[in-house]
Amino acid sequence: MTLDRKNKFLLALGVIIAVLLGRIFHIQVMDGRYKSDAVRNAMVRQYIAPPRGIIYDRNGAILVGNKMCYDLLVTPKEVGPFDTLALAEVLDTSVAFIVERMHYYKANIRRIGWQSVPFIKQLGEAPYQRFVEEQYRFPGFKTETRTIRDYPFNAGGNLLGYISEVSPEYMAKHPGEYKSGDYYGKTGLEAAREQDLRGEKGYHIYLRDSRNRVQTAYNDGKDDKLAVPGKDVVTTIDAPLQQYGQLLMQGKKGSIVAIEPATGEILAMVSSPCIDVSVLSDVGRHYAEISRNPGKPMFNRTVMASYPPGSVFKIVNGLIGLQEGVLKPYYHYPCAKGYQYSTGHILGCHSHPSPLGFDEAIMMSCNAYFCHVLKNVLENPRYDSLSTAFTAWRQYVMSFGFGQRLGSDFPAELGGNIPTAAFYNRRYGRGHWRFPTIVSLSIGQGEIGATPLQIANLAAILANRGWYCIPHIVKDSEDISIDPKYHERHYTLVDTLEFRKVIPGMWRAVNAGYGSGATAVRGCVPGLDICGKTGTAQNPHGDDHSVFICFAPRDNPKIAVAAYVENAGAGGATACPIATLMVEKYLNGSIRPDRKGLEQDMIHKRLTRY
Amino acid sequence: MTQSLDRGLRKTVDWSLVVSWLLLVLIGWVNIYASIQSSEPASIFDLHFRSGMQFLWICVALAMGMVVLFAVNPRLWEVISSPAYLVVLVLLVAVIFLGTEHKGSNSWFSIGSVSFQPAEISKITTSLLLAMVMSQAGFRFSLRRNRLRAALIVGLPMLIIVLERETGSALVYAGFLLPLYREGLSGWYLFFIGMAIALFVLTLASPPWVPFALIAAALLLYLLFYVRPIRHLRLRRRYLMRSLLAAIAGILMVFSTNVVFHYLLRDYQRNRIEVVLGLKDDPSGAGYNVRQSMIAIGSGGLFGKGFLHGTQTAYGFVPEQTTDFIFCTIGEEWGFAGCLLVLLLYAFLIGRIIVDADESREGFTRIYGYCVAGLLTMHLLINVGMTVGLVPVIGITLPLMSYGGSSLLSFTLLIFIFIALHRQENKYF
Repeated sequence: MTLDRKNKFLLALGVIIAVLLGRIFHIQVMDGRYKSDAVRNAMVRQYIAPPRGIIYDRNGAILVGNKMCYDLLVTPKEVGPFDTLALAEVLDTSVAFIVERMHYYKANIRRIGWQSVPFIKQLGEAPYQRFVEEQYRFPGFKTETRTIRDYPFNAGGNLLGYISEVSPEYMAKHPGEYKSGDYYGKTGLEAAREQDLRGEKGYHIYLRDSRNRVQTAYNDGKDDKLAVPGKDVVTTIDAPLQQYGQLLMQGKKGSIVAIEPATGEILAMVSSPCIDVSVLSDVGRHYAEISRNPGKPMFNRTVMASYPPGSVFKIVNGLIGLQEGVLKPYYHYPCAKGYQYSTGHILGCHSHPSPLGFDEAIMMSCNAYFCHVLKNVLENPRYDSLSTAFTAWRQYVMSFGFGQRLGSDFPAELGGNIPTAAFYNRRYGRGHWRFPTIVSLSIGQGEIGATPLQIANLAAILANRGWYCIPHIVKDSEDISIDPKYHERHYTLVDTLEFRKVIPGMWRAVNAGYGSGATAVRGCVPGLDICGKTGTAQNPHGDDHSVFICFAPRDNPKIAVAAYVENAGAGGATACPIATLMVEKYLNGSIRPDRKGLEQDMIHKRLTRY
Repeated sequence: MTQSLDRGLRKTVDWSLVVSWLLLVLIGWVNIYASIQSSEPASIFDLHFRSGMQFLWICVALAMGMVVLFAVNPRLWEVISSPAYLVVLVLLVAVIFLGTEHKGSNSWFSIGSVSFQPAEISKITTSLLLAMVMSQAGFRFSLRRNRLRAALIVGLPMLIIVLERETGSALVYAGFLLPLYREGLSGWYLFFIGMAIALFVLTLASPPWVPFALIAAALLLYLLFYVRPIRHLRLRRRYLMRSLLAAIAGILMVFSTNVVFHYLLRDYQRNRIEVVLGLKDDPSGAGYNVRQSMIAIGSGGLFGKGFLHGTQTAYGFVPEQTTDFIFCTIGEEWGFAGCLLVLLLYAFLIGRIIVDADESREGFTRIYGYCVAGLLTMHLLINVGMTVGLVPVIGITLPLMSYGGSSLLSFTLLIFIFIALHRQENKYF
């Protein structure tokens, strides 16, 4: 075959065909890019948000549920001419707003394309109904239903927490689990139980056309995935009690924590001021005003604030003294309006009879008595130095759950602070600090910091006569079994026998009656046998904090409560009535008529301006 | 008529051409159906849709093909070539003033609901006249007069079509270089055209020294292998002068490229060239068609997604999918295997026409056959090349497969005239 002009052309034809086929082979077989582009072009995954788990209280009442809300979406490219005024009337909005939005879409039409964008979020029920009736008049507008959180009880935003759209940082921390636009539990219980509550997203795969209109299910829906609803969470919270606590704490700064002593279950956990549940479902819109509030409503004081425990801590020192054998219940110490811990320096006390025995010292909260107790503990000849004795003391204190995180299932728990010998060595120099240096520790002041949760845990330990379960807010339920550590008993280093010796003093503090000198007589509820201890924590920044711990009944206690009210004066004045009202509410279900006045006083007491 | 049948149809008609014609037409039809098939399935024969209309056109084309093959004396084509050429020329001019504007060009006549493009018929009449003129005794390309005549026959309709703003159809006329080349036009013409295209592309897309290097290399090779061996001194000097002039012309061309590109071309033409050369990334503008077309073809893989299962095809991501971009549907739903089959069918059709034409003892049949082959090749190269991003987007059809009666009927006529001419010859020899 010669290479004449015919064959030259046939050759050229062959080359042309080969080049075309080579190019086709390259884009079809060698280069995978076009396949993924095609998938991106034509397939849309429509995600089905799983219903988020419901949060129940201990008796099966819904604390956090779900409810429908309606968003109005608009697809700007599909909007035809419509009556702006009519739409404004239907939606309860202004013409100016609609005109402004439409201008915005027009200016950004290239970027928006055929997408649907939110026009109004969380449309009210009435506008929604009106819109659905008149939808035909407004082409390009449509509604979309989604669920938002619903709060039947005002159980406190800090406890329940809220959900919010995932942030890029959160997505980076949980790769592959969230997509932009998903919601996640940001604070409180919602955050603590995110893994259980959120469920698993499902999706439909659809094919869409070039105008983003869904055409048909891909592969007859065989590759679709159903959404798995979130698990329900049963909390240990008693909803009426929690709500009652919120009511008592309104207008005050502070917290109440109530624990069921035998199980460590938290019955109520009130932090005030708090985010009102009415704004929780759309917290984003109120975020600015919430964060501007000087009362810091985002801040959960029950676990995140560390305060000096004040006089309630005397019981811990007393127990250590008893255990160490340096204190007997019959020891009497004098108190001349205070305790002179060094020449010219007096740690003051209030007026009460003197000298006092152990029971009376608890009942009347004598400062001097417990200075003697701690002095005896720290200057115990059993220990070769003050430093060793102090370390032993610290170990006792730590066994009560102070100075470390309790390990509650609540997020962002702080550990408080119990100083170490090394700390004082650093501050004063080795051998340069003695008992008078740290005398404040006797009465729960000084370098001690404890969270209201830890103080409540102390009440639970006293109720149990020596042990505690880690306080927690989630119970075992059908869907969820909690960490077994919450069922373990943690014993303190003080024997149960010694605990029995502090109970009479605590009982008398509440029940000794007016005129006895007892500090907590306002908390007396006949028949409930409340045992308690007041505390008045000195506060260098203002009025004293009012502290009270109690449990009831005296034998086989059902509830232990700690109330910590900032700047509310003496423990007996505010914290004691609040805590005992909680006890009464929980045990009796109602408040005795003779205490109604006290209840009203507490509810209306305003200590803050917000 | 009876006479023509008695020698046996099997021996006289090149049935392989008819069969490949039929296969391509049917493949095109099925893929048009697939392209418009979306969520609501309709019958492939439903006249409300393009697949149904195409079926109608296929029936008409088949009837026309049979008439051309069996009822018309092939001598007629040679006889009417001159008047037909003139009539079509008049139509081409008339359409500029009387036609309806369609997508920016004035090339369509609309009569009722039917519209047609004179430019399509002009390919046939030009082929016929070219074949008639060049097959006359004594036609030699060595005569400048003959070269001018051939250039005029091809160039006149081409020029008018450019004026109709149908640049794509005009480019197809480059296919007429094939019969001219076959009949003795110097290969240097092809070389210069190839060089011009190469210089144009290189000037736009490569560093500035590259086109000059190309000219220098071509000049050097020419001087070394053509001019140096010439012994005759005066002849050698003349060749030297010519080659230097050609090189200077090339250099001028490089300098004028930017002027041509920026001032003579329309915006959309410039954008399309820039997209194919990779100078511009404009996936939502000028590059949209090509990008979507390449996605559709590229997502087909080795064996495709299956008939009616192409997602890009079904949901309108590729514009003009039934007409200019019909090859996307084949690429997406039938994959590389389908593309291979279709391209081999075209190669067979064109190659067979060339072989048949070359064997012909009649100049008219031979030249006409080469015209047909050249036109088909240009259409194939430009259309398929554009769908895979090798050639700028030029709105011309894929012969026999694209939707549309105008294109289908004119290509059918073009091919069946050749089959008839070839059969005529078989009857005698």
